[in-house]
Amino acid sequence: MIVALLLMLLTSPPPELRWGGDAEGGAPFVEADPNDVSKLRGFDVEVAQAIAKGLGREPRFVQVAFTAIDQSVARGDFDIGMSGVELTPARCAELACSDPYFEFHEVLTVREADRNRFTTLASLRGHRVGTLAGTIAYERLVEAQQQDGISVVSYDDDVHPYEDLSEGRLDAVLLDNIIAARSMRRVSGLYTQPVPVVAGHYTVVLAKSNAALRDRINEILRARMKDGTLERIYRDWQIWDSYQPALFARVSGAGSTEAPATSKPAAPDRGAIILRYIPALLRASVITIVLSCAAMALAILLGVAIASGRVYGNPLVRALLATYVEVVRGTPVLLQLFVLYYGLSSVIRLPAFIAALLGLGLNYAAYESEIYRGALEAVPRGQLEAARTLGLTERQVLTLVRGPQAFRLALAPMTNDFVALLKDSSLVSVITVVELTKQTSIFATNIGSWAIPGAMCAALYLILSLPLSRLAGRLELRWKAPSA
Amino acid sequence: MSILTIENLRLSRGTREVLRGVTLRAERGELVALMGLSGGGKTTVLRSVAALEPFDAGTIDVDNVVLRPGPIAPRATLRELRKHVGMVFQLHYLFDHLTAIQNVMLAPLHVAKAARAETEARAMKLLESLGVAHRRDAYPRELSGGEAQRVAIARAMAMDPPLLLMDEPTASLDPARRNELGETLVELTRDGRTLIVTTHDDDFAKDFATRVIILADGEVVEEGNAREVLTNPRHAATKRLLQKSVL
Repeated sequence: MIVALLLMLLTSPPPELRWGGDAEGGAPFVEADPNDVSKLRGFDVEVAQAIAKGLGREPRFVQVAFTAIDQSVARGDFDIGMSGVELTPARCAELACSDPYFEFHEVLTVREADRNRFTTLASLRGHRVGTLAGTIAYERLVEAQQQDGISVVSYDDDVHPYEDLSEGRLDAVLLDNIIAARSMRRVSGLYTQPVPVVAGHYTVVLAKSNAALRDRINEILRARMKDGTLERIYRDWQIWDSYQPALFARVSGAGSTEAPATSKPAAPDRGAIILRYIPALLRASVITIVLSCAAMALAILLGVAIASGRVYGNPLVRALLATYVEVVRGTPVLLQLFVLYYGLSSVIRLPAFIAALLGLGLNYAAYESEIYRGALEAVPRGQLEAARTLGLTERQVLTLVRGPQAFRLALAPMTNDFVALLKDSSLVSVITVVELTKQTSIFATNIGSWAIPGAMCAALYLILSLPLSRLAGRLELRWKAPSA
Repeated sequence: MSILTIENLRLSRGTREVLRGVTLRAERGELVALMGLSGGGKTTVLRSVAALEPFDAGTIDVDNVVLRPGPIAPRATLRELRKHVGMVFQLHYLFDHLTAIQNVMLAPLHVAKAARAETEARAMKLLESLGVAHRRDAYPRELSGGEAQRVAIARAMAMDPPLLLMDEPTASLDPARRNELGETLVELTRDGRTLIVTTHDDDFAKDFATRVIILADGEVVEEGNAREVLTNPRHAATKRLLQKSVL
């Protein structure tokens, strides 16, 4: 009995180290092993393994969206987060950050033809520069927007900016040198300026309450710097460069948990940051409301046309329109946006806002058409017969009698759809349109908390949607004259 | 020359024969009461004349516009027919989204393409002559039953059709209102217009109709001077009809 217990203890696996990262970030950070997609590889994977080994624990990977790493580690979804996570004052005010384990540089990539023209951010005045949202590079570009008059385009991933650069939707991309080098191999005809724009460091993030584990990780990182493990990993992944020895010397020499002063200045006052973001949020609300109104207008026009076609059209027209409605309703709007913006880019290169407008408009048209079709069918036959006996043509019956009456029936569900569209408009951030939710998420990433940005964002959405519901209510009242 | 000639009109719904060879005529300036028990086919005859209902056999001739059996009359025929035939429905079917005067103005504006000012003046005159001018800006749901009926008559009259069909105009009217309506309808026949009115009310028919046609089981069984036929009914169906209205 005792022997069995001892055996069980001896054979039980070591405790796990759950580490969160985004395999969509890809090589050389974290990616699925092409030889065995159930396995991961990347330099972050190997650094995580080294840390786990030092702790005597078994590493277990937890997939998480890059932009959600901070929130997930804070709420305890995993013990440590690492996937090219940047060391920033705001982040380290909210989370426990390890010492930097890699030094990268934000570099400017341009099309080969522009290599002598766009050499610095200042030379890009009036041009579009893309980057990953919520990064040091993004912050630097927002600064440059004010100082140098460039126009910032934010992405949710680090692949599409380079494709858009190659296709001419962007004139430059500012991102980590590792990402730039990787993308240059993937997309041809690009050139990366050798002079770095700004330096940054990758860190391991932990929940604030986990400072003790952080300190142990720092010891392990320093030891692996000294014994050459990290250098070997970086060399394997071809990201070893002349900046790393200096970083290693600083970190392991200092022997403290403090990062170099250059990359960890005191966090600025939170109130000041919030104030700084208010204009940006308001601008984003304008994008949201303009986009929603335009998309709804398109959806209504198309919806009316589709509904009319389905009620009055010949069997072929009816079948085609029914297919359109089923296909559009049956597939995610996110997919439709991707196809419109990226999928069709070799045929027609739509500007992001237009693609967003078309995507939402075409999608909602399917839903609107069903509302109108139902409303058209609901107009009493007597109303139509009365119109016919007066000599109105079928088209006039539709435009003068059936349509207006159906519109009143459709008003309540339409209002409902518009409010839904207002919120669905947040999806267009995947094709680089920075609207209210995206701006809020950038804001939250930069101050390291969702509480205040979230509340402000919710308030703005309500401010946008409430007047609309009231207007619709008033219209309904006016049409519904009091009965005698 | 009759304004309306119906020859051997037949119409079935499923296996049920609703009209089994209806033949009738109406002359200019007549006020014809079309009577019969419920389900006798009165409304169906009106709907067929207004080309709202396709029929299986026979012909309908309205002022030389001829409707033939088949699903839908050709568009040109319909357009011509609508100029000659107006219809007032039992439930009025005023357009809910338009005011009284807008209901009356719709066809002149969009079918006859008449000028707005002129159309409005004419619509006002019609509403005045029917005693509902003060309700010009009311929506249908704000009108009483009698008011709605008058607006519906004005709407049908706006295109000045020589033949006006009215389905059960006396239903749900009290005797005083009924007499007012009767006088109004007689007034409408003064300039040669023909009215065909379905009704269950034999007193109304006796007082105002120039002629009565009795339909029973989808056939015309008796017709003639309204007062004579309804005072001395010869056909069993007419007698039953009169008994019923006494009860």
